Amino acid sequence: MTHVPISVTVDGALYEAEVEPRSLLVHFLREDIGRVGTVVGCDTSNCGTCTVLLNGRSVKSCSVLAVQANGANVLTIQGLAEGDGNWHPVQQAFKECHGLQCGYCTPGMVMSAVDLLQENPSPSEEEIREGLEGCLCRCTGYHNIVKSVQFAAEMMGGK
Amino acid sequence: MTETMDVTGSAIGRPLRRKEDARLLHGQTNWTDNIQLAGTLHMAVLRSPMAHAKIAHIDVSPALERPHVVAAFSAKELGELNGAVPCVWPVTDDIQMPPFHALAVDKVRHVGDCVAVVIANTKYAAADALDAIDVDYEPLPAVIDMEAALKQGSVAVHDAADGSLGTNRCYDFPLKPTGDGSFEAAVKAAGDDAVVVKRRFINQRIIAGFMEPRAVVASPMGMSNEMTVWSATQIPHVLRVLLALVTGLPENTLRIVAPDVGGGFGGKLQLYREEVLAVQIARHLGRTVKWVETRSEDMVSSHHGRDQIQDIQIAATKDGKLIGMKVDLLANMGAYLQIITPGIPLLGMFMFPAIYKMDAYEFSCTGVFTNTTPTDAIRGAGRPEATYAIERIMDELAAELGMDPLKLREMNWIKNTEFPYTTVAGLAYDSGNYEAATERALELFGYDELRAEQEQRRASGDPVQLGLGISTFTEMCGLAPSRTLGALKYVAGGWEHCTIRALPTGKIELITGTSPHGQGHETAWSQIASSILGVPVDDIEVVHGDTGRAPYGMDTYGSRSLAVGGQAIKKAAERLVEKARIIAAHQLECSPDDLDFIQGEFRVKGDPAKAQPLAAVAFEAFTAHNLPDGVEPTLQAEATVDPNDFSYPHGTHLAAMEVDVETGKVKIRKYVAVDDCGVQVNPLIVEGQVHGGLVCGIAQALYEGVEYDSDGNLLTASLADYLIPSAADLPSFITDRTETPSTTNPLGTKGIGEAGAIASTPAIINGIVDALRPMGVTDVKMPATPENVWRAIQAAQGGAQ
Repeated sequence: MTHVPISVTVDGALYEAEVEPRSLLVHFLREDIGRVGTVVGCDTSNCGTCTVLLNGRSVKSCSVLAVQANGANVLTIQGLAEGDGNWHPVQQAFKECHGLQCGYCTPGMVMSAVDLLQENPSPSEEEIREGLEGCLCRCTGYHNIVKSVQFAAEMMGGK
Repeated sequence: MTETMDVTGSAIGRPLRRKEDARLLHGQTNWTDNIQLAGTLHMAVLRSPMAHAKIAHIDVSPALERPHVVAAFSAKELGELNGAVPCVWPVTDDIQMPPFHALAVDKVRHVGDCVAVVIANTKYAAADALDAIDVDYEPLPAVIDMEAALKQGSVAVHDAADGSLGTNRCYDFPLKPTGDGSFEAAVKAAGDDAVVVKRRFINQRIIAGFMEPRAVVASPMGMSNEMTVWSATQIPHVLRVLLALVTGLPENTLRIVAPDVGGGFGGKLQLYREEVLAVQIARHLGRTVKWVETRSEDMVSSHHGRDQIQDIQIAATKDGKLIGMKVDLLANMGAYLQIITPGIPLLGMFMFPAIYKMDAYEFSCTGVFTNTTPTDAIRGAGRPEATYAIERIMDELAAELGMDPLKLREMNWIKNTEFPYTTVAGLAYDSGNYEAATERALELFGYDELRAEQEQRRASGDPVQLGLGISTFTEMCGLAPSRTLGALKYVAGGWEHCTIRALPTGKIELITGTSPHGQGHETAWSQIASSILGVPVDDIEVVHGDTGRAPYGMDTYGSRSLAVGGQAIKKAAERLVEKARIIAAHQLECSPDDLDFIQGEFRVKGDPAKAQPLAAVAFEAFTAHNLPDGVEPTLQAEATVDPNDFSYPHGTHLAAMEVDVETGKVKIRKYVAVDDCGVQVNPLIVEGQVHGGLVCGIAQALYEGVEYDSDGNLLTASLADYLIPSAADLPSFITDRTETPSTTNPLGTKGIGEAGAIASTPAIINGIVDALRPMGVTDVKMPATPENVWRAIQAAQGGAQ
């Protein structure tokens, strides 16, 4: 299959690669450039585990072709907190409120929450639940995920 | 932010934030799919599109012509490497155990059955080449319904014509007391005073739905027999034994690693065919073989759970005293028996009488083969089904007797003064306080106010009716005393192991045989060890999930990790202290009896200035320059503990359900869960386990159900069709705990991982039925979707079904 050259900034670093036109962004991240913090949980764009920020907005990276990310800026869970040992308030809140168990949905859940709080710095419980609807979690029952997002909103000055 | 801080005093009981989280929250993870070894080959699996068919012809060779394809196998090419996948729980002497090979031989028996595999240099090439495989299927009639499967003349999933069973009856397990203990005799003895309620409940089939799909990497080491297998599994230790048995590879050269594992819920308590295939083909080709399932594969090939038809009879006197219970189950095995498929309903056998006193109990279970994906353990495994039936029928009995369902329960449950109590099912409950949990739940719920509102809504004919659902449950966990497992014909023990090493630098290495996949063992196990060794939690490293580093264990399932594994940690830590005491006494020139061990140091009684911290003892044990006679160098201790009994967590769950009688839409207005899991090592983790369990059970009640069409096609074959609830589908919960320590467990702990899943399903359905009972509704099919609720209302009111 013909490959297409793309250049994408991921977590602050520029990557140039040749990809198959059918390659999904999540496969580019995981297999071409080794950003394996972002994971795959389904094949129907239902689970949301692969959520990243594409030019600042959350997308399921399984529903974006790698070629569509050409020239774009992608932020993953691995680049969320700038620099080693740093924590984004949403990451801190998930730890504080026990918003994760196995951790598999966590990259997508955290990135979705980051986007949600960008849009709406002080969301109600219902708005959080609606806002995270695209991400599935089987461990937490969402209770502590909601609390985590509320706590992050507080820390970030939303309320 | 709260930190995982240094600890003085006991670390047990503290809501410490988890050690695991930093890595997981920064994407620094090691899922099996992240493992990329040089030269890896990728496996893709061709699956049957039919529920039942003869493989008239199969030719894998066209796949070999495709780019990057290295090999392709059907059962024929695989030959002797096509190992038989074992079932380790033959529940009766005459159980029918049909052959179950990694690749189907001659016939396929469910949609998703493994037919062939392609091995290629990339996963895309492997997947692309599957459609080059030439298969001619001769379709056979499929049998999906259990009752149809048992009828004379039914299609046999394993046909006698193939030299196989010729029956879909896998086993009949009777527990039939004679004489006075029989249900019939007990009812007869009560004469006119006996009220018998009979119901049929359908506990529908569900999918485990772990978020990380299954994955395996099998890496052989050339001409030696060494093989390392990474697998997204709950059971690396069990897997090692089973893979050795199935493949013939020497067990002592097999290393199994469960790296980060993204949830299991029983679904990864399995030896899967793909694991066998990856190992056998890796060995055959001398190359690393990797397989990662797609979610769509998962839906048809990871084992399903539940799927019982339950015929229940309960008898009581007119004033509500329970007389006895009779349970007749049909349990769907699916097309093949997986690791513990037949045993799952028998775990439920013990739990039908639940917390209630009665004199007669009969149970029977028939395991049935159908052309569906095999079933096996999913969170709760047998106990949710039993608890659903008993808690549902208690409500039905209360309605029949005209009693408040809570009063009926209270009248019949084991009083807190009556423990230990041996139930009619033969279990000895060590402890419990159903009164306390219920009282607290009622307080948090506002039971009386909600009952008043219910009356009001009924009186005003509100289109949204309110119902109150009760579930006063118990469960058995901590699988299990090995002797009990043996008596149940389970081919393994239920012990657990721990080794603790005090390293020369003062750090502690705790090696556990449990294998966490979200449960927070690294944090909780550190807390247990810290409380005994007096070492800060952060100085303890928990090693798990790798048979190379943690060679002994029985892994994580059945709410056993703390209940059994915790005991091993305690014992190993105490042994370590005792060995250290002898060395410390030598160092401090006193008798071991003259030493107190406080906050991680040995102090001479009456002269606390003379002290030796554990780290100094560990260093002395390392240098071994001056050890007392007969004491071996190094400071470590191990313990392998077989629990002397199960433990019995319990609790009271209350659900207030709003039901729109015009549309059938239901909403959880309020959910209160008061659980009693004995001593809590980390209440934060306990709380998380409760939440997750609740949603598993609520999902079965309201959202999830596997559906097949009559030809055996799975209709719920993706996450687009199978509704795993999202945050938007659920409320927040009100939770609390009462604490009645287990008296048979040295830590006083019980399990908590499955409690929520066991308790919540009946609470929800009882709530819905309670809302609709004045309309004549006595049951609602699960999942209680708007359609199913609406149909129940229509049926009760004589409308069209």
